[in-house]
Amino acid sequence: MVSPVLSERAQLLVAIADDELILGWRDSEWTGIAPFLEEDVAFSSIAQNEVGHARALYELAARDLDTTADALAFDRKPEEYRCAQLVELRLPEWERTIARHYLYEQADAERLERLKTSDDEEVAGLAAKIDREEAYHRLHAEMWFERLKDEPRFTAALEELRPLAAAVNDPSLRNGHTPELAEIWEQMTEVRRSVPGATW
Amino acid sequence: MIYEVFRQERKGQAFQHAGSVEAPDEQFAEAYAREQYGRRGESAALWVVEREAIHPIEDFVDELNRNYHRVDGYPLKQKLKEARERAGTSKERAI
Amino acid sequence: MADSEQEFLEYVQSGGQVETDDWMPDEYRARLRKFIEMHGNSELMGVLPEREWILRAPTLQRKLALTAKVQDEVGHAQLIYRVVEDLGKPREQCLDDLISGKSKFHNVFHYPTKTWGDVGVIAWLVDAAAIISQKALLKCSYAPYARIMKKICWEESFHILHGRDVILTLMLGTEEQRELVQEALNRWWGPLMQFHGNPIPPDEDPMYQWRIKSQGNDEARQQFLDGYVPQIWELGLTVPDPELRKDEETGRWHYTEPDWDELMSVVTGHGPKTEDRLDLRRKARESSAWIRSVVLAEAA
Repeated sequence: MVSPVLSERAQLLVAIADDELILGWRDSEWTGIAPFLEEDVAFSSIAQNEVGHARALYELAARDLDTTADALAFDRKPEEYRCAQLVELRLPEWERTIARHYLYEQADAERLERLKTSDDEEVAGLAAKIDREEAYHRLHAEMWFERLKDEPRFTAALEELRPLAAAVNDPSLRNGHTPELAEIWEQMTEVRRSVPGATW
Repeated sequence: MIYEVFRQERKGQAFQHAGSVEAPDEQFAEAYAREQYGRRGESAALWVVEREAIHPIEDFVDELNRNYHRVDGYPLKQKLKEARERAGTSKERAI
Repeated sequence: MADSEQEFLEYVQSGGQVETDDWMPDEYRARLRKFIEMHGNSELMGVLPEREWILRAPTLQRKLALTAKVQDEVGHAQLIYRVVEDLGKPREQCLDDLISGKSKFHNVFHYPTKTWGDVGVIAWLVDAAAIISQKALLKCSYAPYARIMKKICWEESFHILHGRDVILTLMLGTEEQRELVQEALNRWWGPLMQFHGNPIPPDEDPMYQWRIKSQGNDEARQQFLDGYVPQIWELGLTVPDPELRKDEETGRWHYTEPDWDELMSVVTGHGPKTEDRLDLRRKARESSAWIRSVVLAEAA
């Protein structure tokens, strides 16, 4: 479906989009069952924004690759995704989800700063747009960090996940996937695969 | 803590009570109000106020006819009619 | 303002509305709170059948729309529980009573969602049935409840659009996709016909007498049939009720008597998915209890 030889720009865009897509997908697991109702609404918006960012990034890559954002998001094999392992993990404990959220937002801020100064105007422009939404995600992550920073369960989660965060900004550390990626891919593509080629 | 949220739909309009959010502090309250009352772009601005900060007043005494504050304190119709008659302008006005 | 039950009754029956701090008869307060609490429970339990499909949404657009719809319902639960709380029952207690099975939620949320067709049928027809009840609550005699209904009805209107779009796309698709819709409709029709409750005449319905509801159950069902059966038929779908027809003279729909025993059994906690869904709520609530105690400690 997608050429294995992607241009350098498409590779970059797809890798970031994969991070945002899979993280958004994981975060959306909390919609409806977050610790309390106000947070449920807030965290769902964050999940939606991440998927929205993925879509915008895929759309840009899709133009280069003569395909569509949906095809890039859904119609690849799990091993073709370029996301970091950090975003793949299923984290059914709120403290671990918040730890990942905090670590990812920090790393993503760094990445966006870099992209905003890219010579590629389209990439820089999109990064600036995304960054304006991410600013609220960072505020959200920081206020949770402040609330939980003295909680042993939270600090343990930070220690557990911190080593995985480095791969967000270092493509050489993105080697291989966790089994959880294949699991979420199965779910993500279940309806779509049920009637191949159909419009949904 | 409960925070009451007031919403301005468009710039220039009055703020109206939109609802409330429960949050541990102002920062959370602002984040939650933003999502609960503004995520569809339905608000130009929000005011987030601690519920305790609101002082409701529900009793308004008017024992001694304060109609000079109100429209019904000014029965102009009859006087205007008489004034027009005296000025001889009532006919033209009626047309 | 009223200070006796009779005066109060006359006041609300002539269109009067009351606020939280106004005097109200004990029976009114009790019925009101129970009714609104069940509405809050229904919003919260209503997220679960659809939530199962958030992870399986087949396009990015559908993913976003479905997540946003479920998010809206959580937001509605938040608004509604606040009204209950201001009537004297804390949200935490509502949630405890919900997961212990002590309080009720709407019949349609006790059923399984089996295919993507269900996602369309729920967003289109279940939400349509719900919006009919909710629009009638815009005139509720309890003003704080009537006020939040404005935001709720406004958001529900997006859900119906989303539902219709899902359905139309499937009906324009392959035979397999069209079959998803028909099969889902077949399963949901019974619960949909039960949704507005047994046809108790408004004069005998205390909820109507107190003007908590502004229309009778069968009136709501007739309105639903009037609005949506033609829309179902025009897509070439079949409504699984051979008796269903509109009497052109009276303007009323005839239909097979809904299964009231099933309704009673389901809403008293014996639906096919009641236990699973309550169990999910219970587990989610237990595992995040410490978070609430850390974060909302000062909020209590």
